[in-house]
Amino acid sequence: MHYLPHTPEDVARALKLIGAPSIDALFEDIPAELRDPDMQVAPGLSEAELMAHLRQLAARNEDRGADFLGGGVRRHFMPSVTSHLAMQSEFVTAYTPYQPEVAQGILQATFEYQTMMSELTGLPVSNASMYDGASAVAEAALLAVRQTGREQVVVSRGVHPETREVLQTYLSPLGIELTTIDLDRLTTPVPAEDDLAAAACVIAQQPNYLGYLEPMQQLSDASHAAGALFVAAVDPLSLAVLAAPGDYGADVAVGDGQTVGNPANFGGPAFGFMVVKEALVRQFPGRVVGQTTDVDGKRAFVLTLQAREQHIRRSKAKSNICSNHQLTALMAAINLAALGPQGLRDLAVGSVQRAHQLADTLTQAGFEPLTSARFFNEFVLPVAVEPATLRRELARRGVQAGVAAGQEYGLGHAVVLAATESTTDADIQQLVSGLRSLEAAAMETADA
Amino acid sequence: MNIPQDVLFDESHEWVRRESEDTVTVGISDYAQDQLGDVVFVELPTAGSAVTKGDQVAVIESVKTASDIYTPVSGTIVEVNGSLEVTPEQINEAPYQGGWIFRVKMSDPTELDALLGGDAYQALTEGE
Repeated sequence: MHYLPHTPEDVARALKLIGAPSIDALFEDIPAELRDPDMQVAPGLSEAELMAHLRQLAARNEDRGADFLGGGVRRHFMPSVTSHLAMQSEFVTAYTPYQPEVAQGILQATFEYQTMMSELTGLPVSNASMYDGASAVAEAALLAVRQTGREQVVVSRGVHPETREVLQTYLSPLGIELTTIDLDRLTTPVPAEDDLAAAACVIAQQPNYLGYLEPMQQLSDASHAAGALFVAAVDPLSLAVLAAPGDYGADVAVGDGQTVGNPANFGGPAFGFMVVKEALVRQFPGRVVGQTTDVDGKRAFVLTLQAREQHIRRSKAKSNICSNHQLTALMAAINLAALGPQGLRDLAVGSVQRAHQLADTLTQAGFEPLTSARFFNEFVLPVAVEPATLRRELARRGVQAGVAAGQEYGLGHAVVLAATESTTDADIQQLVSGLRSLEAAAMETADA
Repeated sequence: MNIPQDVLFDESHEWVRRESEDTVTVGISDYAQDQLGDVVFVELPTAGSAVTKGDQVAVIESVKTASDIYTPVSGTIVEVNGSLEVTPEQINEAPYQGGWIFRVKMSDPTELDALLGGDAYQALTEGE
């Protein structure tokens, strides 16, 4: 079978029409050595040889050990039914359907996903998911600019640094000013109304990048008093125990959905989510599945509010997002359904308990984790050495230490440690003894 | 197709009715509403804003599409039909009456001279 549908006659006719002597002539502008480079690819392997090679590679994977990595991606328990169902080929191979309504199953699954995100965030309208948490935050900022007609976006430094970089990437070419509110030690101070006079929105993250709980109600009230929208970037798992964005009046809830139903996937792919107040639906980016009835009065699902989208509005579309992360969002929907509300609460409460146990144990062992502000499942631990050195040295001792808190937070050498419901007493002991031996080594070096 | 005699038309299918020396009401024609299908939402202009002939000032969203509405005259938007936020279907049901969209206080009434009369507009739609 030919992958290209053109017959030699087709090709000859096309070349004659445009006056080119050959197909190669069309590529003359590309230097010859780049046109057919020697790729140095090894000859093929037989199936048996390939399997042996892959087993060899797989054997080089290391056990993850005691894992305190966080920074927006965490390993939470997922029932085995989740990946079993999500990996069904009907789901795995399905692409965004271009005649969406023929695929009622995908639309129904997406509708269920939207319903769950709406229930979690306490806001009425969810889209079908977005690429990731960072681009969802950026799209929320653009939505606020469209809605308010203002051209300044105010973001808390507590929002993930990488998310703020993406935000800058989206906003600067559009001439939209990005202003950052510095943290007052560990959390975001509530800005004065005058400072928000030109703001389209205020964006804060709950829990913030360092793990601490922000005064979301006060930030939301201050935003609204100044005529700005309030965008809550939230960890969806935390919503099982913390106030929902809808409770404190957020106009938009966004975030990365990994914590409620995707493996860590080496940091991605996961999916972004966005849920808004009803008054914002016409400025809303992304696809939205709605429920309706067909000609026979039976329940049916359709893409709705499409007049915002590119295929209808062209250059005036509200966003160029016309796709989503269907499989990872679906996986989260399956996971949430399998866990149920109580199961999700158990994971959230378990994470809070383990993180506090970790902080207490570290304090008792003579370390000084920062616990002056309330935290969910991450907190800052000031350390004696460069975070990169700490991570490398602890990894040799079978411990994945946390991510660097970064110089930009003015905390010196510090890491953010994360715990989940899966963190064990043994993991915690391993971290403490790892830190102790590092400290002892550092002192020896200092003495010598 | 309904083409009242007391209005003028723009080629982009807006109608204009002169209410006083310097104020006009603007809506979309019966032909335009029929082409759009059921109107489900209208994004209205902001009262008080200064506009120039040809500016996109409103958006009409129907079940089929979303269309920009351009102001046929320059001036200041003095009033918008807020009832369309609740009952946008007035644009389908009564395009020249309850379905009006906005009123403009004109800065240059001679701009009206360039608009089409009913017969010319009918000829235009038959040509489409």
